[in-house]
Amino acid sequence: MADHWQTLGEEGIQFMGKMSASISHELKNVLAIINENAGLLNDFCRMSERGMDIDPERLAKVSDNITRQVQRADAILKNMNLFAHSTDTPLTVVDLHATLAMVIKLATRFAANRVIQLKLVPASEPLTITTRPFLLENLIWRCLDMSMNVAGVEKTITLSVIAGKDQAVIRFQGLGSQLEERSTIFPSPQDTDLLTILQSTLTIDSAVGELTLTLPQATSN
Amino acid sequence: MSERILLVDDEKDFVETLAERMRSRDMTVSTATSAAGALDLIEEKSFDAIVLDLQMPGMDGLEALEMIKAKNPNLQVILLTGQATVEKGIQAMKLGAMDLLEKPADIDTLTEKIKKASAKKMVLVNEETEKKIKEIMGGKGW
Repeated sequence: MADHWQTLGEEGIQFMGKMSASISHELKNVLAIINENAGLLNDFCRMSERGMDIDPERLAKVSDNITRQVQRADAILKNMNLFAHSTDTPLTVVDLHATLAMVIKLATRFAANRVIQLKLVPASEPLTITTRPFLLENLIWRCLDMSMNVAGVEKTITLSVIAGKDQAVIRFQGLGSQLEERSTIFPSPQDTDLLTILQSTLTIDSAVGELTLTLPQATSN
Repeated sequence: MSERILLVDDEKDFVETLAERMRSRDMTVSTATSAAGALDLIEEKSFDAIVLDLQMPGMDGLEALEMIKAKNPNLQVILLTGQATVEKGIQAMKLGAMDLLEKPADIDTLTEKIKKASAKKMVLVNEETEKKIKEIMGGKGW
């Protein structure tokens, strides 16, 4: 088991690094837009000094652009903060729907790069389980990454959470025909380590293009 | 001389604002929010330089750069990126990028790079024209 934990530690660092790089890229884009809008305001000042009239509507548009980007950055940072704090407690109660929503937000850029849409089915009520939050996020990401690699022609992955008897299920739907070929390499030994530690199971149904991750109501120590 | 430039970035707000700033600097600007859109515009119009985002959905900046240089080797490409890794930088230069700038970029630096890119393209086009003239004249025994 010690080897499992070492592998998971290395995997966890890679996962954290990959997500941090994506977040920093997103924030750089936000800063670039704010930078251009601030620069545009400066251009307007120079024009005004040369006696040109500046349309107040143009100024309002620039202000709106900056406000929108500040809100975007705030949402990215809130999600990043949630993600960072998931390492605080090794074993705790989590809202599965909220965890899934957070991983989807983290994965948005990876999905966009592959021209894939991620859809989360709204939850009717909160579903909490006791688990290892950071390892669960890593496992969800690995399933999601795999799902995006084999996305079907619709290029939409639909994710949902379902409550079962003493268990919870996450469904990844919208997978294509390549799923069957990939089932020889997924789950990998690292995925299997995560599944073992989280006392969970993964079912691959190539016929309907679906991955199902089943988690216990409570993961024991 | 008014430089004819193409700005390519999937962030619409970024590309539109940068385009407005470049126009106020007497440049003729076209924009695209995807690599595929940029390749279509290059078929339709002539540009002196392209400012291309490195990471875009679908075809990324490096793939687009390779296709642009294959079609139009004289056209100068400046890459813009939020994540400037040494590896990507080397790859971009090997594929023929003129420069790689990190976001957020300083407008004066970008303007200067565009002017240099435009001048470089002009030199390359002139050299190519001179070479063709020499070949034609040589062929006719002049």
